[in-house]
Order: sequence, then structure tokens, then C-alpha cells
Amino acid sequence: MVSLHTAVLTKGVPDFREGQVSFDEEGHLERGKTPTVMNPNDRHALKAALQTRVRHGGCTSVMSMGPPGYKDVLREAMASVYADDLYLISDRELAASDTWATAITLSTAIERLGEPDVVFAGFKTADGETGHTGPQTCWCLDMPIVTHVIALDIDPEERTLRAKRLVEGDIEEIETVETELPAFVVADPEFEPSYRTASHRLELKDLRARTERRAEEFEEHLTVWDHVDLNLDPDYIGLDGSPTIVSSVDPIPKAPAEREATMVDPDDEDGMREVLDVMAPLAAGGD
Amino acid sequence: MSEAEEYEHFEAVVVGAGPGGAAAAATLARYGVQTLVLERGVDAGSKNVSGGLIYAEESAPYTIDALFEGFREEAAERPVTEYYLHNVAGDAVKTFDITRLHEHDTEWSDAVLRRKMDSWLADRVHEMARETGGGLLTEVRVNGLLREGGEIVGVTCDELDPITADVIVAADGVNSELARDAGLMDWEDPSEWFQGVKAVVDVPSDAIAERFGIDEDEGVAHLFSGDLFRDVRGGGFLYTNADSLSIGTVFHLDSLVAERAEPHELLDALLTHPLLAQWLGDEYREREYSAKLVPDSKKVAHPEPHADRLLLVGDAAGQMQAQGPIIKGMNHAVTAGALAAEAYAEARARGDPDSAGERYARKLRDEGVMRKLRPRGYEAVRTLGERDAAENVVDSVLTSAVGRTGVRALSGLLGRLYSSPRLAAMVPDTRTPYVTLPTVIAEELGERVGDENRVRPPSLEERIGELTYDTDIGNPHIALTDNSYEASGAAVTACPVSARDFGGGCYREETIRTNGSEETVVSLDTQPCVECGTCAIVAETEWEHPRGGKGVEFREG
Repeated sequence: MVSLHTAVLTKGVPDFREGQVSFDEEGHLERGKTPTVMNPNDRHALKAALQTRVRHGGCTSVMSMGPPGYKDVLREAMASVYADDLYLISDRELAASDTWATAITLSTAIERLGEPDVVFAGFKTADGETGHTGPQTCWCLDMPIVTHVIALDIDPEERTLRAKRLVEGDIEEIETVETELPAFVVADPEFEPSYRTASHRLELKDLRARTERRAEEFEEHLTVWDHVDLNLDPDYIGLDGSPTIVSSVDPIPKAPAEREATMVDPDDEDGMREVLDVMAPLAAGGD
Repeated sequence: MSEAEEYEHFEAVVVGAGPGGAAAAATLARYGVQTLVLERGVDAGSKNVSGGLIYAEESAPYTIDALFEGFREEAAERPVTEYYLHNVAGDAVKTFDITRLHEHDTEWSDAVLRRKMDSWLADRVHEMARETGGGLLTEVRVNGLLREGGEIVGVTCDELDPITADVIVAADGVNSELARDAGLMDWEDPSEWFQGVKAVVDVPSDAIAERFGIDEDEGVAHLFSGDLFRDVRGGGFLYTNADSLSIGTVFHLDSLVAERAEPHELLDALLTHPLLAQWLGDEYREREYSAKLVPDSKKVAHPEPHADRLLLVGDAAGQMQAQGPIIKGMNHAVTAGALAAEAYAEARARGDPDSAGERYARKLRDEGVMRKLRPRGYEAVRTLGERDAAENVVDSVLTSAVGRTGVRALSGLLGRLYSSPRLAAMVPDTRTPYVTLPTVIAEELGERVGDENRVRPPSLEERIGELTYDTDIGNPHIALTDNSYEASGAAVTACPVSARDFGGGCYREETIRTNGSEETVVSLDTQPCVECGTCAIVAETEWEHPRGGKGVEFREG
């Protein structure tokens, strides 16, 4: 069996879930009071990498860039899905990187891993929401990119990758594309891993058992790199390497509610009948 | 290349991770056979219910603790050290100590809860099978047999592509879809089945010690028969677990149907009887309500439970011995599973793997399993006793003054008779041993129980509400093929999660009025289904299990 080396990019983001996230009086995010978690969309990238690991063997490296606290994000990645080894790029010189400087840093680190056959990223982060970092990193690596991937098949012998993807991110329109390895894959939140053989499921079960143990001692599998390790020129990274200027952040005002809500008790037959009368024409295709 | 050669192949596929499947897989793995075990529950045991006492018989070639070291310490609840049979008439009770009967041919017997037990077994099985290149997978439902040229060569699944195997062990339970696919078992005659319902009741271990007068390493089993279940043929049981009680009732399905009895009400009749007040105390907390169909091995244990490469094990083959106070299922499944594995290993060694089925059937006979499941004594009594006329004569003699005098005169002997294993094996399926005799015994010899029982069992709605379901929305696993009341009305009462005038269950009656005429039909909602299989027998259905991981999930079992 030809095994494959995959790399997964992940990022720590504020935990935006109800009860976790904290805002100050002016509506600004209180970063210090809000816990950092793995970017939720990255879970799909990890699932795609796991499917590749299960089907074809090899190894999966998970990489993140951020402050030392991002170690926990990598631990989460390892515990929730699977990782053979973990890499954190952490350095004061890298602070305030925009997506471009981040892409230069990440692509350099990925090349340092050797040449991975597939690089996976999630569909945009929950904080920046740009969706730029993946494609820009891919551009630096000079690989073909397939985005919005919902299903994946790789032929390691032929070194080809076939993917089902949503066209324009639309669930109604799905196309199948094929490309050569190495390739860069952005997993869509609709991504579904597929394990249709018992051997794959047994391998998955083995990996899960091993993952549980490894996550407890994840730091043994963690490598931390700074810009010197990666031989990066400080002029091209961090704030100095970031052409993007964020002038200000404006809170989005709450949308004015123009519609009036009428509460109906489900046990109130007459009330429910009125609801049905209103909705029936819509169900029939009216507007 | 034939089609089958394109499929994934394992030397052995075992379907179902209960005790039968676990015993088969562990034994196959010991013989070095590459073994894949497929279990449809989210966890082994999550679909399984039993009374449940598991036995290790002195005469059996295999026992669960011999196959799985540490079983009793880690997977079981308590040993049964005392065994009583209570004859009940109203609030009069006559108790016989039947510990001697229980101990006949018994090396040990433990109370178990299936979720804990089966998931423990599954972990061991997975480790052992993994060594052979196989392993155990949960949440995979095997939905049928794969055939090539009309011959069984493997299995088909909802979640996986078809798999071929040199031997297939179907240990997929009382509602085995594989046994039915192979035409070896059916769901036709209610008189061939029992239905049991059970409540697992929370009782702290110190309260168990106090109320039952036992130590940590002791346990009690109680059986109940008589008039507390009206005229429905069957009985009740109570077993002590580590920190809970298993209390249930088991009835002949044909009798439940004939009496239009509601199983949960019969369970409540037991739970609220004055006799149980001493054990249940004032605070009743039910952990789980469950139900199960039980094959009557006397009638359905298949003498040749195999076809091509398929071997049936345990409930799937009807290997459940319920004869009077003797209720043994899991031990036979364990023996059968290990014998099936042994048969395949032998057949393979002789270069004739296709002879595994015949070898297995022969082993079931030679090792005495079939004789226990289908005792000869029962056949003799059955021809005499299961005729209405004979039953009525016996019943009227028993209830007459002469019969009652006899019962009083024989009181000492009766206790001994109840302890006779040979007699227990002969008990006919009539009202006499289940209802009439215990009632007369209690009336003539019993003492009044004065305790006040304060138990208020939960309603059926509350019981269903406490169960865990992962509903396969839009994909009901049972379809009614005839919704007339005549064909399927029996399910409304016999289904353990349905009842007359209850809208929250599976089956309900509906009256349809059209142009002045009225018709009663039956409707079905599979959401609260506990997958017991009762309706497959008493109603006209197309019955399947839900997909892997879907449907009800028992936490106690």
C-alpha cells in the first residue's frame, strides 16, 4: 500500500458559543475572558485527513500558528479527531500577521515537513471569516486547490485525487473534480467521511483508541517552531510583512425588527388553523 | 472473477455481540480464525434485555467465566444464593424455597445487567479478534444474507459494503433477520413465544443488604405465580443486582393476546403487591423499563440450526429454556456459540469448512444442549395436558374440595415436587401450573401479607419518556401491511409500549367514520419502539431492525 502524508491547518478562535463568549460594555470582544478553542470548521478538515489516514495509512501532521496557548488547540485537534504529530509556530515576531504573512509562514513550515501529499484546511475561521489563509498558503505552495469539498477519494498509486465539491458553496449544485497530488483541499462543513469497509472501520477504531492515549501526552508529539527555526525573514512576517491595514472595527447594529410576531399556543386549535391558512398558499409555491 | 471475489472477505463473520456472539468470536479467535463481529447497537448490550440470571452449568462444555476470565468479578452483579417461589392468591402467599432446584447442575449463577455485561464482553472480544486481523464493530446493522448462485456466502449491511465469509455465525437475537432470511425461523405462532417486561429499580446496596438480609457477595431470586396476573399464563421475578433490582413479568404471548392483557399493567400488579412492599420500600425510582420477546425452546429450538455457511446461535436459534421455574437462555447461547466455533475450526482442519453446520448440530445433540432445550418429558405431557378438555378436568379437580384437600395433605411434598428438575422440564403450557395450582396452594396453605405497598409505578408515558432513542426520522423500520383491527389489533395491547386509549405508544386504534359507517383500524408510530418483535408475531407487519446505532438504546438492559 502506498501511504500518504497529510498536513492539516488549524487555528484557535474565541469560543463564540453562548455562555463562553464575553463582550465589554461597548460590545467589543473580551479576548482575555473568552476561552480559545479550535476553529469549528477545522473539524471537517481533520475528518477529511482522518479518512485519508484510515484508508491509505501514512501520517497526519496538524499545524497551527499562534501564541503558546494554542497548544491546547492542537491537543483538542488530536483528541477530537486524530494526529500523528503536532506543530505550533509561535513567535512574538509573528504577532499581528495578516492572512498574507500567515500564508508565507505556514507554507514555509509545510515545506519543512517534507512534501505532504495533501494539505487540508477548514472553510474560513470563526473570527476573521476571510477564507483567505487557505488559498493564499496554497498559492505559496504552488499546489492545485479544491475548495468546498464534501467527499473525497484518493488513488495513491495513480497520485490522483477525486473530490465532490459544492459549486459556489451551494448545496444544490455538486460537481466532481479530479486533480493530481500534491493537492490542497478545503473541506466544506458538509463534508462527510465515508467508511464502507469493515477494515477501514477497524482501523478507525484502532486510531481512536490510540488517539485517546496520545492526547493525554500530546506535548510529547508537539514541535514548536519560531521564525529562526523556519529561516524566515522578519520583514516578510508578522506586522511588518502584513500589507492589510485594519482601520477600525464597527459593531453591526441589531437589525430593526419590522415584522410583528404573534404567539400561538399549539393546543389552540383555532389559532393553529389560522396559522395553517396563512401558510398554506406559501406551501403551494405562492409568495 | 466471480462477483463475490470482489467483496471484502473475513474468514468468520459473527453477527451480534451478546453472550452467544461473544462466546463464538472468542472461541474462533482462540482457534486463530480471522473473525469480524458486527453489532448494530451504539454499544454492545444497548439493544439487549434479559431477566436476567446467567448460569454456569456443571454439565455444560463451556461456561462464560471459563471463556472470559474475570467475568463474574467485573461483568456480573451478584451471585444467586437463595431462590424462592411464591404462590399468590389475593394477599395470601405460600412460599417454597427452591434453592435446591436452582442449584441442580449449577456451578454458579449470577444476576446481570446486559449493557454492562455485554459491553465488557465486547471489549475482550475486540482485543482477541483484533489479534486475528478481525475485530468488533458497533453501529453496523447486518440486514441480510449475501448469496451467490443461491448459496449463502456472506452478509449485507446497511453501513458497509457486502462482506463474504467462510462461516457466518448469526447470534443476532430473538428477532434474527438472518435466521428469517435463511428460512430457518419465523414469526408466525404466538404460542411459540413468551414476552417479558422488566423494570430496573434503583435500590442502594446497603438497602438491599438490609431488606433482603444478605451480604455484598450474596443475592436472592424470587419467582411469583398465581392469580396476581388474572388468567394470563406466566409469572414474575425479582433479582438482586449490586445496587438495583430487576423486577419483571414473563407471559406466554398467546395468552397475553387471548386475554387482551396490557403487559405494563401486569408488571404493575406485581410491583404493587403487598408482598413486594418489604423489598421496595417507600421511595420507588425506576431506572429503566424494557421488554423482550423470548423463544420457547420446547417448541422452536431448531434441531438443525444451520444453512450453507450460516450457523444460528442463542435466541436466533430459539435456544431459550423456560420450563416452569427454570429460566436459562444466556448459558445455552454461550455453549452454542463456542460449539459453533469449535465445529467450524474442526471442519476447517479437515479441509471441509462447509461441514461446519452439520458438525455444529451434532455437537448440540452430543453435548446434551438439545435435550435440555427440548426435553422428552415435555413432549409426553404436552400430548396429554395441552388439550382444553384435559386442562379443564385437571383445573376443576384442583379447585374442588377433593383437590384442595389433596393440596393440603401434600403440602410437604409440594415443596419437594417444585424442586424437581425433571418435573420442571415437563410443565405443560396450560393454566394449571401457572395460575390454578399456585392459586389453590396459596389459598389453602398461604399466609396473609399485611404490608402496605406504597409503590406508584410510573405511567407508560413516563416510562417511554425515560428511554433513550436515536430516531431514524423518515425511515420507520416497521410497516403495517394490514391495518384492519382483525389482523393487527392485538398489537395495541400486546405491544409493551402501547395501550388502549393511549396516544403516545406505537400502536393505537382509530375509528374512521365514513358515510354513516364506522370502521376501527390500527395505526403505527415506530418512534417509541423497543424492538421486542411482539408485533411481528401478533400483527401483520414488515418488520426490520433500525439501522446501526438508531432506535432505542438501553442503558441497563
